[in-house]
Amino acid sequence: VWHATRPLHTTQQRLAPLPPLPEKGGEVRYGLIPEEFFQFLYPKTGVTGPYMLGTGLLLYFLSKEIYVINHETVAAACILSVIIYAVKKYGADVAAFADKLNEEKVAKALAVKNEAIKDLETAIEQEKKEQWRVEGRSYLFDAKRNNIAMLLETNYRERLLTVYNEVKKRLDYQVAMQNLKRQKEQDHMIEWVEKNVVQSITPQQQKESIAKCILDLKALSKSAQAAA
Amino acid sequence: GPLSERRLMDVRLGELPTWLATCDFSPQGLLGGVQKAWSGYYNKYINVKRGGPAGISMLLAGYCLLSYGWNYQHISKIAFLGIC
Repeated sequence: VWHATRPLHTTQQRLAPLPPLPEKGGEVRYGLIPEEFFQFLYPKTGVTGPYMLGTGLLLYFLSKEIYVINHETVAAACILSVIIYAVKKYGADVAAFADKLNEEKVAKALAVKNEAIKDLETAIEQEKKEQWRVEGRSYLFDAKRNNIAMLLETNYRERLLTVYNEVKKRLDYQVAMQNLKRQKEQDHMIEWVEKNVVQSITPQQQKESIAKCILDLKALSKSAQAAA
Repeated sequence: GPLSERRLMDVRLGELPTWLATCDFSPQGLLGGVQKAWSGYYNKYINVKRGGPAGISMLLAGYCLLSYGWNYQHISKIAFLGIC
């Protein structure tokens, strides 16, 4: 059942948070009679007015038997005394306990709110940091551009080296071919000359040359003997 | 202000019948009146941060009085017959 409690969102401040609950309830004297009754009678009858009214009413009810005294009266008296004793003795403790429960609830809600606020603040800080980082974008791109330029340069130089090596290999091949050809020609010519010379040495010439050699050797041995 | 919009406490004794005449006694009107009275009582004595025994004690006292009133005939007869 919806008890039409404090009017919600009926005032001008539609979007404001709810006003907090009042701290204390209306003043009540002896736990039964609101203070307004005493204030209502005060101008006409002073301070003792309500008490006189109460006493008069009580005596009237008793005497006219509008309120009869029977077993229920005794029961009511006992129950009331027990209740009043319990309230007077344990009221403060119960109130403290209830207050503690309330406190815990409020503290939990507050903790959630503070958590949320802290998280949002860290998010704001991180956002600011990201914005600061954005400023460094130009340096990043410069570095990247440098990297790419270096890569291109390296690649270009590698290819240049390859070209150079290939060309050198071809030229070396040509040079080696020419050298080989000349070598072969030389060898062949020497061989041919030797062959012809050996062929041209007749037996007569051979004998003459051998005799000459022997004479020479003798002369040499003589001169060697004379020297030693 | 005009008579029909004043609350009961603000009406003078002589104007009471006319004020009663301006009241709305249809079922919705009565229900609205009951709701207003209950909400006024609730917000004043029960829906507070640090209430006391006053909130329910007044309700219980009212209940006691009402039930005594309803059973008065029965009680008065019994008392008459019991105390001989």
